[in-house]
Amino acid sequence: MLANYGYQDGSGSYFITIDTDKCDGCGRCVTACPYGVMVVGPDEADPLRDLPVATVADEHRRKIKYSCGPCKPTSGVRELPCLLACPWEALAHSW
Amino acid sequence: MATAVEYWRWTESRWTAPDVDWRAGKVITAGVDVGSVSTQAVIVVDGKLYAYSSMRTGSDSPQSAQKAMDWATEGTGMTIDNVRYVVGTGYGRVNVPFANRTITEIACHARGANFIYGPSVRTVLDMGGQDCKAIRCDEKGKVSSFLMNDKCAAGTGRGMEVFADLLAVPIEDVGSLSLSVAEEPPPVSSTCVVFAKTEATGLLRAGWPKNRVVAAYCSAMAHRVVTLLERIGVEAEFAITGGISKNVGIVRRIEKELGVKALEPGLDAQLAGGLGAALFAYALAARAAS
Amino acid sequence: MITAGIDMGAKNLKVVILRDGQVIASSLIRVGFDTQEALDEGLQHALAEVGLSKGDIQRVVATGAGRNSVPGADDAVTEVRADSAGITHISPTIRTVIDVGAEEGRAVRCNAQGKVVDFAINEKCAAGAGAFTEAMARALEVPLEELGALSLKSQQTVPMNAQCAVFAESEVVSLIHARTSKEDIARAVHDAIASRITSMARRVGVEKDVALVGGVARNKGFVDSLRRDLDMDILVPPDPEFVGALGAALIAAQGA
Repeated sequence: MLANYGYQDGSGSYFITIDTDKCDGCGRCVTACPYGVMVVGPDEADPLRDLPVATVADEHRRKIKYSCGPCKPTSGVRELPCLLACPWEALAHSW
Repeated sequence: MATAVEYWRWTESRWTAPDVDWRAGKVITAGVDVGSVSTQAVIVVDGKLYAYSSMRTGSDSPQSAQKAMDWATEGTGMTIDNVRYVVGTGYGRVNVPFANRTITEIACHARGANFIYGPSVRTVLDMGGQDCKAIRCDEKGKVSSFLMNDKCAAGTGRGMEVFADLLAVPIEDVGSLSLSVAEEPPPVSSTCVVFAKTEATGLLRAGWPKNRVVAAYCSAMAHRVVTLLERIGVEAEFAITGGISKNVGIVRRIEKELGVKALEPGLDAQLAGGLGAALFAYALAARAAS
Repeated sequence: MITAGIDMGAKNLKVVILRDGQVIASSLIRVGFDTQEALDEGLQHALAEVGLSKGDIQRVVATGAGRNSVPGADDAVTEVRADSAGITHISPTIRTVIDVGAEEGRAVRCNAQGKVVDFAINEKCAAGAGAFTEAMARALEVPLEELGALSLKSQQTVPMNAQCAVFAESEVVSLIHARTSKEDIARAVHDAIASRITSMARRVGVEKDVALVGGVARNKGFVDSLRRDLDMDILVPPDPEFVGALGAALIAAQGA
């Protein structure tokens, strides 16, 4: 499943996509994120799944443009720690 | 949010399957969907729809859940003790005191839409009062992709209400009024409801008739929802649920932009969440038994 | 030499007239829905102050959201460039300028020469601009000009969860019903927008000294919240809404 967390507003689209078929809930993205954006828990969109899965913490879902801002400076490309930490390439950012 | 607003004409209702004897059933399960405006309780006997109620959410959510459940079982002789497993869903899902488990709207909505529209439904767009959800699912109603936008009011019933207020048009007339234009105007350029209001005020001052301004807004809102849908990819068949599905001005424009017709529901689409919850309750009860 | 800078903002039009690099006149007027009328009126107002006429202006540079709809302008520059030129003229030690206008927020990092090094913009969403405070003042039923002073009297921090001006209005109404004081709600409003502006500014790297310009800089409650959030001293120039127009007028003088 492709779980998209985030939002679209007048200024743009900001989504973190988690491929739950690839994610095994290892939690490396949780450790890697300096701002507590990622959490691991039960799969909200698949209640019959037993394996935990990575999601975006509820308190960040409506402001990830800002929560993820420090990892996305306007100048200089920086690799995102959450993406680097994921061994399964299960994470993607839309912006 | 404390203020529950009605975005469409809607009446309380209940229904019981005339040909089902629940006492002959093996497993009875229920789903309760506590929304900000309405609450639905759905009873399923061995995975088949048996009864439902749909009523206004009161100021006290636990009480609303109880009332909806009582009304759904009214006159059937069934009590809560006969129900093996209850799933709570919706905005107020944590306020269903008798629930065995809570499940988010996304999963329940897809599962319920699969029942209401049939197993060929692949894309469900739910436009509620305070959010907009886009879900793709398989033939079993299992979610394959989803997104939910509840950060921004554009594309929600609330955004539409703010706009209708500005133009002093009753919310239920917005859709038909927007279709009364001879020619489709260019869409309002601002996505943000606050800025779209400023833009609309300018259009009115420039002499645009109300229906043209409403059409420009509906067109912008439809386009915005389509871009949201494109993120998950639209696959036929396609269904629209939620309060804004009653707004023909939005529905027709979304269909036109996508080139896909929205399905007609076999049952009240408002039941999708509660029904999905009851069906999950059935699966979870079976799992608990094994 | 006489030059003019015209900042056609979303809400207000600002005009600054320079003679040999010194400000001799300025004016501010509501744009409304007829930009041409506002433009004529704004220019005339400023020129009348010093007994000049349109023909005396040698170069006009426009900036602001409506910079491309200023007939007669010799050039148009972005707000980012204008802010940077304007603020370094006022205070050469400024390296970061934050500009919060009615419909946009900007953060610009500049060098000692007033050249733009980096910038970020919050646009097309009212939550990150002055329109947010305007909507909240309406929901609180207090005049916008009083919102700042009100929030400075707040006794406690109250969180605001909504990230959208429309949803935040409902939240303000809920807070009123829950008997939260207007002072605390006003503070929550300013904290909320300040947190978004801070995040934007941090993306360009906040380097000292920091200045805040634009119409919202007049709001002392917002300035207070921003100072706290950035944990830095912030310079607010005496006429913060004119910095863009000043920058445009300076660029006009340089380009002649």
